[in-house]
Amino acid sequence: MLIHVFLGGIPVIKNFNLVIIGGGPAGMAAALEAYDLGIKDIAILERDDSLGGILKQCIHNGFGLHVFKEELTGPEYALRFSEKVKDTDITVMLNTMVIGADNNKTMYAVNPEYGFMTIKAKAVILAMGCRERPRGALRIPGANVAGIFTAGTAQRFVNMEGILPGSKAVILGSGDIGLIMARRLTLEGIKVQGVYEIMDYPGGLTRNIVQCLDDFNIPLHLSTTIVKIHGKGRVTGVTTAKVDKNMLPIKGTEEYVECDTLLLSVGLIPENELTEQMGVGMYQVTGGAYVDQDLETDTEGIFACGNVLHVHDLVDYVTMEGQKAAKSAKKYLDDLLEQKKTKPEIKVIPGNGLRYVLPQHIYLKDPEEKIKVFFRSKARYKDVVIKAIMNDEVIAKKKVIRLIPSEMESVEIKTSDLFRTTNNGADLKDLVIEVEQ
Amino acid sequence: MKKDITCIVCPKGCTIHVEYDETGIKSMEGYSCKRGIEYATAEILSPTRMVTSSVKTDNARYTVCPVKTSKPIGKDKIQDVMKSICCVKVKAPVRQGDVIIKDVCGTGADIVATQTLEALEKE
Repeated sequence: MLIHVFLGGIPVIKNFNLVIIGGGPAGMAAALEAYDLGIKDIAILERDDSLGGILKQCIHNGFGLHVFKEELTGPEYALRFSEKVKDTDITVMLNTMVIGADNNKTMYAVNPEYGFMTIKAKAVILAMGCRERPRGALRIPGANVAGIFTAGTAQRFVNMEGILPGSKAVILGSGDIGLIMARRLTLEGIKVQGVYEIMDYPGGLTRNIVQCLDDFNIPLHLSTTIVKIHGKGRVTGVTTAKVDKNMLPIKGTEEYVECDTLLLSVGLIPENELTEQMGVGMYQVTGGAYVDQDLETDTEGIFACGNVLHVHDLVDYVTMEGQKAAKSAKKYLDDLLEQKKTKPEIKVIPGNGLRYVLPQHIYLKDPEEKIKVFFRSKARYKDVVIKAIMNDEVIAKKKVIRLIPSEMESVEIKTSDLFRTTNNGADLKDLVIEVEQ
Repeated sequence: MKKDITCIVCPKGCTIHVEYDETGIKSMEGYSCKRGIEYATAEILSPTRMVTSSVKTDNARYTVCPVKTSKPIGKDKIQDVMKSICCVKVKAPVRQGDVIIKDVCGTGADIVATQTLEALEKE
């Protein structure tokens, strides 16, 4: 998809070694790591007016336990990185929206300073993050009224713009953002009528159930959803209903709940329009790119990390993934990944009980690699063993006391085991990661 | 009195049943480790929480600046603390770590800024 429209003047063309799209936690970590590894001419393209991404509006604490071994708030976590970026010569282009890209690492962007720009890079790291699932994706019948927000939109209004969305709220979905917002709205004097979750278990962390709902006596209704939105001009209430095992509303269980605000916390979708324009292959389950152990997409020199690749539950893991993508970009720029695609390739498959795995394929290029394969389960399990199986041999095992869809887990694979069990790549099968049956 | 506490120390999430009265804890069951006992004891005798919120700003790009308590405060003080935070307005520039309110509501904790906001340039 080429965009070649210039509205007069001289076309602006910029060249960089490494371009990082997105200045949130993934992009900042990738940029700093790339800088520390000695990559010159790095640029971060960020559409907001400052670095930090979604962390800037996540003013609650609980970030950084893995990376910094302390509990920080979102803005504090972001500052740890953005302050460091300031001390480097990394080019930070703010208010810069990448509006198009093509498959030879050329991007088209606009900002108030240069207008339309063409940006070329030798390597690209995708770090655009994700966005929230909107009402339109939910098929809730009822009025098309004001007062319906995604939880994150309301979070930005309250925590950054200082605007309260309403006075009486209902929250649909019990993901962490929804729970955090239930507490935040309550503290600001908004009555939260309840949190409604279609599943029979809460989506968010136990800590958030306790500290965001129980502390403030906010009821959590499981196996319950919203079947109708009422109002004229502004939402005036919702009808809720219990759901059966097939998630269908049960007749006779309907209840009317009054509210002037409805927050939706019903899932996140990686923001991959640019990725697709670049011709990068996607992995349907995660909604992100299809990547190998270097976080490299199927297009040479384009890497992905953070929520644009797969939605994470902890920002700490996003940071680590950003750093890993930068390490791989460095190898690519040093021509060390050139031979990769001639090597034997193993597909990684989610087996019994798992919804997805990442990376989705592994190249047998180095017998001394340790590869962390991340995965999410389809259902809830207690005290289970996770197995990685190649050619009928279990090459890695991990005991997990609790495995739930909302918490990402990982298992470490040694490539030496893959070399051995595949007879150095001669006898290739899929590597299956599964919950022991 | 009886109370069921969901332990949040580890992902296991044990439900701990506690019986207590004015003099202290009488009995406890359902925990699986020592840390669970410590958590439940604190939750009954003196539960504490970090409070994060925002204060109004003057002369900054954003109309509010995020803040937090410098350490956990008593759960019963949360509403009082929110009331004092509500009346404060800070003038940019604000640096992360700046003390906005000292010893808020006698809790011994300060309200500190968690974001850095530059001053808007004067026209």
